[in-house]
Amino acid sequence: MTNLTPDLMVILPELVLAGGAMALLMLGVFRKEDSFDLVSSLSLMLLAIAGALVVFGGQTGETAFGGQFTNDTFARFMKAMTLFGSAVTVMMSVTFMKRRQIQRFEYPVLVVLATLGMCMMISAGDLVALYMGLELQSLALYVVAAFNRDSVRSSEAGLKYFVLGALSSGMLLYGASLVYGFSGATQFDAIASVVANGNAGLGLLFGIVFVVAGLAFKVSAVPFHMWTPDVYEGAPTPVTAFFAAAPKVAAMAIFTRVLIEAFPGVTKDWQQIIVFISIASMVLGAFAAIGQNNIKRLMAYSSIGHMGFALVGLAAGTAEGVRGVIIYMAIYMIMTLGTFACILAMRSKDEGQVEDISDLAGLARNDKLMAFVLAMLLFSLAGIPPLAGFFGKFFVFAAAIKEGLVALAVIGVLASVVGAYYYLRIIKIMYLDDPVQEFEQTPREIRLVMALSGIFVLAFALFARPIITAAEAAAASLF
Amino acid sequence: MYHAIVFLPLLGALLAGFGGRVLGAKASAYLTSGFLVLSAVLSWVAFFDVAIGQKPAQTIDVLRWINSGALEANWAFRVDTLTVVMLVVVNTVSSLVHIYSIGYMSHDPHQPRFFSYLSLFTFAMLMLVTADNLLQLFFGWEGVGLASYLLIGFWYKKPSACAAAMKAFIVNRIGDFGFALGIFAAFVVFGTIGFTEIFAKAPEQLGKNFEFLGMQVDILTTICLLLFMGAMGKSAQFMLHTWLPDAMEGPTPVSALIHAATMVTAGVFLVARCSPLFEHSPTALTVVTFVGALTAFFAATVGLVQNDIKRVIAYSTCSQLGYMFAALGLGAYGVAIFHLFTHAFFKALLFLGSGSVIHAMSDEQDMRNMGGLRPHLKMTWLMMLIGTLALTGFPLTAGYFSKDAIIEVAYAGHNAMAPFAFWLLLTAAFMTSFYSWRLMFMTFHGRPRASSEVMSHVHESPMSMMGPLIVLAIGALLAGALFKTNFIGHDEALFWGEALYRLPTNKIVDEFHHVPGWVPIAPFIAMLAGFALSWLMYIRDPSIPGRLAAQHQPLYQFLLNKWYFDEIYDFFLVRPAMWIGRFLWKKGDGWLIDGFGPDGVSARVLDVTNRIVRLQTGFVYHYAFAMLIGVAALVTYFMFGGVH
Repeated sequence: MTNLTPDLMVILPELVLAGGAMALLMLGVFRKEDSFDLVSSLSLMLLAIAGALVVFGGQTGETAFGGQFTNDTFARFMKAMTLFGSAVTVMMSVTFMKRRQIQRFEYPVLVVLATLGMCMMISAGDLVALYMGLELQSLALYVVAAFNRDSVRSSEAGLKYFVLGALSSGMLLYGASLVYGFSGATQFDAIASVVANGNAGLGLLFGIVFVVAGLAFKVSAVPFHMWTPDVYEGAPTPVTAFFAAAPKVAAMAIFTRVLIEAFPGVTKDWQQIIVFISIASMVLGAFAAIGQNNIKRLMAYSSIGHMGFALVGLAAGTAEGVRGVIIYMAIYMIMTLGTFACILAMRSKDEGQVEDISDLAGLARNDKLMAFVLAMLLFSLAGIPPLAGFFGKFFVFAAAIKEGLVALAVIGVLASVVGAYYYLRIIKIMYLDDPVQEFEQTPREIRLVMALSGIFVLAFALFARPIITAAEAAAASLF
Repeated sequence: MYHAIVFLPLLGALLAGFGGRVLGAKASAYLTSGFLVLSAVLSWVAFFDVAIGQKPAQTIDVLRWINSGALEANWAFRVDTLTVVMLVVVNTVSSLVHIYSIGYMSHDPHQPRFFSYLSLFTFAMLMLVTADNLLQLFFGWEGVGLASYLLIGFWYKKPSACAAAMKAFIVNRIGDFGFALGIFAAFVVFGTIGFTEIFAKAPEQLGKNFEFLGMQVDILTTICLLLFMGAMGKSAQFMLHTWLPDAMEGPTPVSALIHAATMVTAGVFLVARCSPLFEHSPTALTVVTFVGALTAFFAATVGLVQNDIKRVIAYSTCSQLGYMFAALGLGAYGVAIFHLFTHAFFKALLFLGSGSVIHAMSDEQDMRNMGGLRPHLKMTWLMMLIGTLALTGFPLTAGYFSKDAIIEVAYAGHNAMAPFAFWLLLTAAFMTSFYSWRLMFMTFHGRPRASSEVMSHVHESPMSMMGPLIVLAIGALLAGALFKTNFIGHDEALFWGEALYRLPTNKIVDEFHHVPGWVPIAPFIAMLAGFALSWLMYIRDPSIPGRLAAQHQPLYQFLLNKWYFDEIYDFFLVRPAMWIGRFLWKKGDGWLIDGFGPDGVSARVLDVTNRIVRLQTGFVYHYAFAMLIGVAALVTYFMFGGVH
């Protein structure tokens, strides 16, 4: 037992989450009255404690369980972001769930469990650990997608996600087995040392392709993105916000870790895959979003496009590129949460929650602040300087160009030009069209998220330095 | 003092233009008029100081402007006799027109704007005449062009006014193109654009050639002709005259100020100012004579048959400008400026008088609907009569001294075009008399042809309009007699000082005083003949004009349609230009650039979008299929095409 304690200390945040989630589940089951509010608050606290432990506890670079679990700077940075994203979504969900009459205490617990899976996934140092974290996350997500079980579309969304998720898990597993078969190892550094010896055969490459396919499904990169629009549209809006934020960060983190830590010897090979799916994602995200009328669906394509941009940094395969990915994901997550806060605020006095872009018509005249924040967020998503989104794109493109991937960067810039159209269209509708309806009073916590994200995108340039420094340290820990 | 003369109108323009709403209509009008009167008084002081008192020429620096490489152009006033003569002309007429406009424009809702433009024009004109280098002159030149454009199109809701404004601007562009080339050429050749330096260096370039448009041409002749091209545009000379009659679309005070007394004489001023250059180029002078004489003749013929009261005077202006250029071309610069000086008075008088008529007739301008107005408009009739006498050169009026002097100069002149000019100018004098009296008779005499309703409203204009007329009438009567000795007579050399330059061999001013006895009498005879014929045709037997027109239909139509210049230009220049413009717009920009550029790209984007959106079928097996295809494609790529 004595030799297990240091390992447990390393995974303390995860232990807290796991134990806490069980306890909350018990609490909910055994408490007679409706315990949604209580469990939600406690979940928030749980996520906050885990976040504090991640940020302030333990030493970096520690591994546990014989290298299966890594707690390096990269992991801590990404875990902090993930926990933050989850906490914000839980906070934003409360009012919505109550209004929809689906305020069941299982929801925050499932979010906590999914977050636990993400944290484990981010810290995975081994293909098996990766799979375990990934599946823990996915199972919880399947359920929350279908959380509004009285709604056909919500159920359909959950089911689609589940079926396709199972397929992608299968691919990932198959890829993992190929990698194991051709390298004789499951631990990332062990694989790396084998591949570095020049033993990268076609079989190993096949393994990489399948692993990448499984992970690309999680970040919803083209052509493994097909589930995204349907699930985003069908799931309850706070769940969509959750999908778009924390799991994307976690998946992008493990995506980066696998490729950088396990396959540094064959960078040139996997780079080609990443370039392909990156271009495909950026282009499809830009073009397909133009045709959408539902704002959640539009955000689905928007996030597909943004994953493409983030992958540009990964395609570079350098520390600078990884830094770009980290910064991009941080900015993306906050922009997305802010945008979904605005979407959650779209509650018409007559029709309840609305989701069409045309429902935003004339918003600038009814709610100046919300229209302004949403406009800034959309400008930022489009990547217009000097807002935060511009810097995200700037760092990934700079890294790609430094690695000679000029064509990729040029296509990325062109795609962002096309993509700017649909963001600008929303702004045009908000500011130039005639109002069709007024929205209800927005809950305070959502207004808070809106305000903070608005400040973030507007003032990013002012406090970018510490974020960039932290991202640089995190990126360096992978190499 | 000179600062005040030049900048008071600018101050007035800015105050009325930007503060017009605050000040209100009345205050704007009185403010700008007050500034102009002050400026005019100071101009007369300067005139007596510099021109009569024979103070030497001086340069007053105002501001550094452009200093780039060898190019140095500063704001400075070149004060000599020529400048102060122009100052007097511009500010006197301008102040009178300002005062006249207070009455004339009293019903217009946009008075502050009108007075702001008028003052702006005056400032630009003053900038032009005080310029001490070509660039400052060009600044003023373009400034008056702008003000002219704004004022012609003052009633911008009237399509014909807008068209006329554009026409004036565009036709002037052609002249200004030549002018600008002339300035460039002067800078290339002399390395400077200051008048003093250029004039000092001009003799060095005598007889030298340089390459222009691939040809070896004489330097001075080329520069002079290019500058003259600018002058032709601004002064509405033959070929570039078409804008002037149309410019009558503007309010009548504007026609009096800009299109009779001042702006159109800028070309005359330019040539006179550059006399040290022109004097060295006999070829250029011959061209100037030719164009001037031809314009004088041409415009007079057209004036014979026009029916719009303002158009008759406009063609008369065009014709008189031709006289001035003819005199310039013959080397008699002082005579030309003298005519400019007197012409400003009587032509402004005629325009403002006709404005008074139009005002009385409820904005009727067609003389065929007038007649018999003398009993109702006695004062206006008297003013117009004085103007007509002066214009036709009735003895001892202003025109008698200046215009007849030009005809004598033409007789005494030496260049190849002099005889030609003499006969054309003499004929033009006859025609001038004819059309001027025709105007008088058709307007004020005979039976009233207006409806009784209009006639019942006919009223004499208010004092603010008649006052300026009286001042101008005094000028039209006396300006010639008073200043004759100074401008063209005995004291000529002392008066002009170094402002005008003549070669030692150029003795035209002496010579024209000693022409054969019949020459000075000839214009007088021509004037009487014109009067007699006009009386015969419009008072004695008013049926003659109709019969004549019917008998000589082609000639009549030719004159009525202004020698078909507008039609020719329309066919050869305007329509091809419009066609090219339309082609580049519809095909070049609309079809090619928009079609393959913005519109085409956005249409293709939508096509792509529609296809991609259709991929999203909603069926799980399609989605799964897409994933498998993706993996298969990647695997295949590594099997066959991978770089490893």
